[in-house]
Amino acid sequence: MSSITSSAPFSAEEIASVGLKPEEYEEIVRRLGRHPNQAELGMFGVMWSEHCCYKNSRPLLKQFPTTGDRILVGPGENAGVVDLGDGLRLAFKIESHNHPSAVEPFQGAATGVGGILRDIFTMGARPIALLNSLRFGSLEDAHTRQLFTGVVSGIAHYGNAVGVPTVGGEIYFDPAYSSNPLVNVMALGLMETPEIVKSGAAGVGNPVLYVGSTTGRDGMGGASFASAELSDESEQDRPAVQVGDPFLEKSLIEACLEAFKTGAVVAAQDMGAAGITCSTSEMAARGGVGIELDLDRIPVRETGMVPYEYLLSESQERMLFVAYKGREQELITIFHRWGLQAVVAGTVIAEPVVRILFQGEIAAEIPAAALAENTPLYHRDKLGEPPEFIRQACQWTSDRLPTCTPTGIETPDGFRTWNEILLTLLDTPSIASKRWVYRQYDHQVQNNTVILPGRADAAVIRLRPPSSSKGVAATVDCNSRYVYLDPYEGAKAVVAEAARNLSCVGAEPLAVTDNLNFGNPEKPIGYWQLAEACRGLADACRELGTPVTGGNVSLYNETIAPTGQPQPIYPTPVVGMVGLIPDLTRVCGQGWQAKGDLIYLLGRCLTALDRLTLGGSEYLATIHHTVAGSPPRVDFKLERLVQATCREGIRQGWVRSAHDCAEGGVVVALAEACISGGLGADVNLTPTVHKDMSWRWDCVLFGEGGAQIVVSILPELQVIWEAYLQQHLGNDWQKLGSVGNSDTSLRVFTADTQLVIDAKIKEMSNRYSKAIERRLTF
Amino acid sequence: MLRKYQARIYVTLRPSVLDPAGTAVQSGLQHMGYETVEQVRIGKYVELVLSAADEDKAREQVDRICDRLLANPVIENYRFDLTESVDTGVAR
Amino acid sequence: MKFGVVVFPGSNCDRDVAYVTRDLLQQPTRMVWHESTDISDLDVVVIPGGFSYGDYLRCGAIARFSPIMRSVVEHARQGKFVLGICNGFQILTEVGLLPGTLVRNRDLHFICARVPVKVERTDLPWTQAYVTGQIITLPIAHGEGRYYASLDILKQLEDHNQVLFRYEAPNLNGSTNSIAGICNQQGNVFGMMPHPERASDPMLGSTDGMGLFKGLLEGVGAIA
Repeated sequence: MSSITSSAPFSAEEIASVGLKPEEYEEIVRRLGRHPNQAELGMFGVMWSEHCCYKNSRPLLKQFPTTGDRILVGPGENAGVVDLGDGLRLAFKIESHNHPSAVEPFQGAATGVGGILRDIFTMGARPIALLNSLRFGSLEDAHTRQLFTGVVSGIAHYGNAVGVPTVGGEIYFDPAYSSNPLVNVMALGLMETPEIVKSGAAGVGNPVLYVGSTTGRDGMGGASFASAELSDESEQDRPAVQVGDPFLEKSLIEACLEAFKTGAVVAAQDMGAAGITCSTSEMAARGGVGIELDLDRIPVRETGMVPYEYLLSESQERMLFVAYKGREQELITIFHRWGLQAVVAGTVIAEPVVRILFQGEIAAEIPAAALAENTPLYHRDKLGEPPEFIRQACQWTSDRLPTCTPTGIETPDGFRTWNEILLTLLDTPSIASKRWVYRQYDHQVQNNTVILPGRADAAVIRLRPPSSSKGVAATVDCNSRYVYLDPYEGAKAVVAEAARNLSCVGAEPLAVTDNLNFGNPEKPIGYWQLAEACRGLADACRELGTPVTGGNVSLYNETIAPTGQPQPIYPTPVVGMVGLIPDLTRVCGQGWQAKGDLIYLLGRCLTALDRLTLGGSEYLATIHHTVAGSPPRVDFKLERLVQATCREGIRQGWVRSAHDCAEGGVVVALAEACISGGLGADVNLTPTVHKDMSWRWDCVLFGEGGAQIVVSILPELQVIWEAYLQQHLGNDWQKLGSVGNSDTSLRVFTADTQLVIDAKIKEMSNRYSKAIERRLTF
Repeated sequence: MLRKYQARIYVTLRPSVLDPAGTAVQSGLQHMGYETVEQVRIGKYVELVLSAADEDKAREQVDRICDRLLANPVIENYRFDLTESVDTGVAR
Repeated sequence: MKFGVVVFPGSNCDRDVAYVTRDLLQQPTRMVWHESTDISDLDVVVIPGGFSYGDYLRCGAIARFSPIMRSVVEHARQGKFVLGICNGFQILTEVGLLPGTLVRNRDLHFICARVPVKVERTDLPWTQAYVTGQIITLPIAHGEGRYYASLDILKQLEDHNQVLFRYEAPNLNGSTNSIAGICNQQGNVFGMMPHPERASDPMLGSTDGMGLFKGLLEGVGAIA
């Protein structure tokens, strides 16, 4: 067998074509002591991409808190794992498929679902739920509608067939994401194997098995593709699209879980981005050993493939196993029974290299660590102060808006009453009901969905009895407008909101998986946004006791506007958070339960105007077409108190409904509780009369401030409840009013009994539930 | 004066693109005993009738229709046959 | 009473059905692999929901040729009970145990929702736990659940009172005659698109589907 002779150097174009920089190429030559061949160059190209090695973000990710009592597996493995007690262990992770979805929305989103599920069951966990966090441009735009409907169909296609319920998520529409949609998918799984299956190869001489689907030329070089700025050429970049097969994945789930239970598997790794290259080098590097793999044994579905294509193929639904020597046939039999490929394709070797054989020759040989661990790292300098556009935007204050009257306000579109403004906000696709979307997702398969989508602030999944009466709650969140205006404060608010959403269903927040969707980190502003947001996430996760167990980074999310100007997306650090529900009989939805129930606001009082802001609010953006101001600052002490008070209230059985105030402020939260419960409400937001002209009604009604939860309780509990609130929250709560009849209105009064808002449930409901559907019909 | 043409359009997956449906049908056929079946790839067939000044114009139009709507150029190819259709009885 | 739940590659409601029969109803239940053929020990065979063999060509088209389906046909011929839920209903029509077919939903989208269903007839085990004319709420989750049959077959179905469940307005998937579930003329084979197993556990908020399993337990138990 011949070893690799030094090839001639590659040209600058060839080096750039695999996404490497000239200095990175020099480093490769130095490490190998020779020039790489074409296959090796391709392997370095994908493994040294941001997507695989986090070369820009790794220094920033280090600041995240990653340990805690319940953390069994933190960052570095396929997924994080937390301990739920009673032997129950939850694996969870989020991942993006942004660029593939921009090129081919259906398959891009579908394979995104498939990829994150493999991360979960590779650990030995059965996937039990999916959530997704999606962002698109404006629905008024035809191309956006096509992307949106394609992504939703793709998620439905894969998730429904694979039999994992899609139980929650969030969707925002903003021109900042035109032609660069964000598709982040989070999966949860419950461990079924006694040991958590890790990815580090071990045991020299142990066989390496290739299992799952066949290898073809699809998705060639997708990992480096995922990190390249989108240009007009990507539409031509067609081979980079992979096609998923949810049916095969379903069989793969069953076969893998069965295989792991035999105890014959040493380690397992999913083949995601950069397929064979990534899985072999990561398994070898993590185990401190080497892997020799013979490409001639890989099952293919196309003829004439060259090593470069084998190594970089992103064919879906494939995995790599290391088995105990002598037990490989046991595993192969299981996979064959499920109609899947399974072959011994290589061996664990002592020499810490990835050695690839092809037609009797060594096609590539690279130190495993050079590909997977000791990879380039860029420490960049962060801007000393916020960029100019941020400083300008933050100078905005609500004084620049016209004065308010008790009836309404002058807007760029003419005078609008508060009633009209409420209805407009409910009709905003980002706020409106996502029923059109989740109705296409099977959200009940597996028979564990406790709260249906659209009914609560977070998804609630039962951990299957009779072994348990516990549940898990999960949410994905990111108000990226806040992050855009202030990456540090905005990122903190993202974590706080995720925890608040979990608290609203009665769950104790446990841990975080994050998906950092940002622009180009090589540009000063892009790096500043990334660095500031990471600092915010780290601080908030520490403050709220929710360690980060892993996640995903998607950079270079920028498009070239027709004018030729690069347009970065809003910096979007999506936080996926999981929480524990100790007793499933004590959970809470967001809708009112019964007429006469009393409505309270936990958290910042509406009269404390300094604590509420219109900066970065949905009201300011939608009604006044302005994205400016300082977003609300998180008060962690108050946030923790408000959330704990809400959770305890739910656990005691006092709280009958709970809903977080987010985009659109308290009035939108009240309206949603009315719509969801089908009951009206009479509320008085201000205990005292304000005649002062500077008094801002819009700030009270639609201001956003975090740490606010609207709850309802049985009227007979008023005394106990108020004493409890006084004890735990001091003055940070207020009684708002009471729940009314069905088919009535949400009525908001002033202290001197003037009616500020009177919106019929039917009308609100109509706007809220049809907003998306209406924009899709043409 | 416009002529009527019938286009028979075949939309097929590009050669390197995985066809889960074809694979499933192939394996189903093999299980049924049709072991000689080596490959199955599933596509779409579309018939449409259009009017155009001449065959070239018709061809040009069908080509654009395929490219813009009927086929997903990211993963699919298409081809079509064009024939001048006999009078369908519809008034011209 | 012994239940068997058929497992095809791609089935995904198999465990959910077994949870109801085995864990909630405490009945012996075994999973039946699609390649097996001996089901003589079973009283009721359930063909569960999911995407058997990927359901790519046409729902149920490949599953009907699997070894287990020959045994299921024989099981039915012996007068024993066969229940097809969702994909199971599709497979039963493909294999010819039930007439008609299920085609794409009227609006072309997959629909996951809870819908009102009217119980049309209660003199069979399937529905004996309900009251005739009772409106129950059952979950649906399918992309191809619009029942279709020729006028002749529809007339036969109606003449022989084979429609056990009918969607109340709105008939979301556009089924002909609002058909949600039908049995064969003998009444021992029943197929339905809604998922009764998803509405059987009080913990999940609805038990409207439990009547089907309980009725089966009483009715078939009495016969057996």
